[in-house]
Amino acid sequence: MCGNDACGEGAVLAGCRFYAGYPITPQNELTAYMAKRMNETGRVFIQAESELAAINMVFGAAAAGMRAMTSSSSPGISLKQEGISYMVGCELPCVVVNVQRGGPGLGNIAPSQGDYFQSVKGGGHGDYKLIVLAPSSVQELLDYTFLAFDLADKYRNPALILGDGLLGQMMEPIQIDSGIQPKFIDKPWALTGCKGRGPNIIKSLYLGDGVLEEHNKKLQEKFILMKESEVRAETFHTKDSEIVLVAYGSVARIAKAAMEMARSRGKKCGMIRPITLWPFPDKAIEEACNAARKFLVVEMSAGQMLEDVRLAVNGRAKVDFYGRMGGGVPTETEIFQRIEAMA
Amino acid sequence: MPKIKIDKDRCKGCYLCVVNCPNGLIKVSKTLNVKGVKPAVFSGGKCTGCKMCAVICPDGGIIVYK
Amino acid sequence: MRPKNRKTKKRKNYPAIKQSNDTTTVLFSQPASLYAVENHYCAGCGHGIVHRLVCEAIDEFGIRERVIAVAPVGCAVIAYDYWNFDVTEAAHGRTPAVATGIKRVRPNNIVFTYQGDGDLAAIGTAEIIHAANRGENITIIFVNNGVYGMTGGQMAPTTLAGQRTATTIHGRSLRREGYPIKILEMLAVLPGTKYLERVSVHSAHEVLRAKRAISKAFKMQIDNKGFSMVEVLSMCPTYWDMTPIQAADRIKNEVSTFYPLGVIKSC
Repeated sequence: MCGNDACGEGAVLAGCRFYAGYPITPQNELTAYMAKRMNETGRVFIQAESELAAINMVFGAAAAGMRAMTSSSSPGISLKQEGISYMVGCELPCVVVNVQRGGPGLGNIAPSQGDYFQSVKGGGHGDYKLIVLAPSSVQELLDYTFLAFDLADKYRNPALILGDGLLGQMMEPIQIDSGIQPKFIDKPWALTGCKGRGPNIIKSLYLGDGVLEEHNKKLQEKFILMKESEVRAETFHTKDSEIVLVAYGSVARIAKAAMEMARSRGKKCGMIRPITLWPFPDKAIEEACNAARKFLVVEMSAGQMLEDVRLAVNGRAKVDFYGRMGGGVPTETEIFQRIEAMA
Repeated sequence: MPKIKIDKDRCKGCYLCVVNCPNGLIKVSKTLNVKGVKPAVFSGGKCTGCKMCAVICPDGGIIVYK
Repeated sequence: MRPKNRKTKKRKNYPAIKQSNDTTTVLFSQPASLYAVENHYCAGCGHGIVHRLVCEAIDEFGIRERVIAVAPVGCAVIAYDYWNFDVTEAAHGRTPAVATGIKRVRPNNIVFTYQGDGDLAAIGTAEIIHAANRGENITIIFVNNGVYGMTGGQMAPTTLAGQRTATTIHGRSLRREGYPIKILEMLAVLPGTKYLERVSVHSAHEVLRAKRAISKAFKMQIDNKGFSMVEVLSMCPTYWDMTPIQAADRIKNEVSTFYPLGVIKSC
């Protein structure tokens, strides 16, 4: 199964009832997969007239209390930012999948990690965060898409799957049925028609003096809760490594191979792979600082996660960077050479 | 006989009721209401209960009785 | 059919109907789906009338507990302060997309959007055309007053030629700003649209016609007939720089000659 299909199957398993998409490479397999599977399972698939319409259809389905998802690739995700901001403001859960491609602008259709800032710093207008999950295998695309629905519902906040063209197109064998059931929760706030209750209102407009500030404080409390409970990361040999690589998503696979190459040659090299890019695994990095002298951040960007790593390291070690842009994918040899140069 | 009741403090003074009453039974008050506008007032007379005033009122300020 | 619990809703501000004696009956009062609060609209604004007409239709069909409304960005953004049923906001112009999402996952609910001309005819043109073209079984109430009211009276796509607005201070020039858009006529060519009518609220007689059109539009949805839309020509005395009576006359003499009233399409 390819990564895009696995992502779609994860959504189906999670009980996604509504999907709206719009064609853009390299996520097209996902839209096609959903067109097939959503109809097969009696759920709703819509090919929208634009990414704007797609995210706002998801807004509607989420407001009506249903699990809903949309997906796109970088330029399309830029268009969706309006809807995502509204959904955070209105406290509506949904899952958004970004199969990243090269930018800025129309860029190209090769893999990239250039949307990190957009994903973890908010992305649209206003003070907000999304839960950002970064799978690094086809299996994880399925598992984390499934998980994203639970997290979105739990916090009434959109969750983002940040993949890239490499992962989306990659074929790997996977286990589909893990036996885990989705955690459906009651949504008394949802719009269902006001039978037997007072009207429900979904809104993000707060005009009264100080009311919007109170609403923002409530949102920030949720973000603090997410930070306390939802950080996920994978660490390799960080207790005794002098050089620690930090990489996520598809690049983490290559970086891991480079780490193993370095270790086989006797270098004390470890790695941290953030799985949640927001909330960022600061603690894992802080702990690695006990042994590490140097960090090497590897990304398919000009250095975006690099900034978060520097904040977490907070001057306790040197932080170096190796990145490729515009569709360039770092090779394990390139990364290994950087490790050697640092040692 | 039908009659109408105008909530004078709800009236914003658009006077659409004044021009829509077929018998010209609604007038403009000489005194101000809480909003500082001169509200429409029912002048009495032969109201037919046609409801035109209430139908046009954008502010839900007119009730028609039979 | 009257919903049982409607009297428990906040109706505290509405003037109690005084029954002077047992033989007095009320010929006309406000619909129960409309909260008994004062609206924030300017004097002579048509929104208050259209809000009421929507609620009257909903009450007559007894569908208050099934209705989900989508409010626009514009003067009517806080329509949920007046309507006693489920309402969501939508981003500017995305209203029909949001309604699509709701109706598709809750086909048994009655879903309608309430949009102005900036929302529907400018920023949301793509959304309205494609919702119509898909034949979504939703109802659109389109209030056309020819200006952006909430932001200060700027030119709308529907502003008439020569009309002065905050952004066309010497009047809309057809060469510079293009022609006013007739949305219903545009949508009429789409097979997905089933009922399109243009009405006005400039006089009591026209309000009664508007009421019938709005009821018909909801009936279309209740009967699963498909996409229905009513365009309501409405007064904006404030940004037309007129008294409400002059504004009503302008619709009669000027606006409705460009935007002809009546059924544009019914099938």
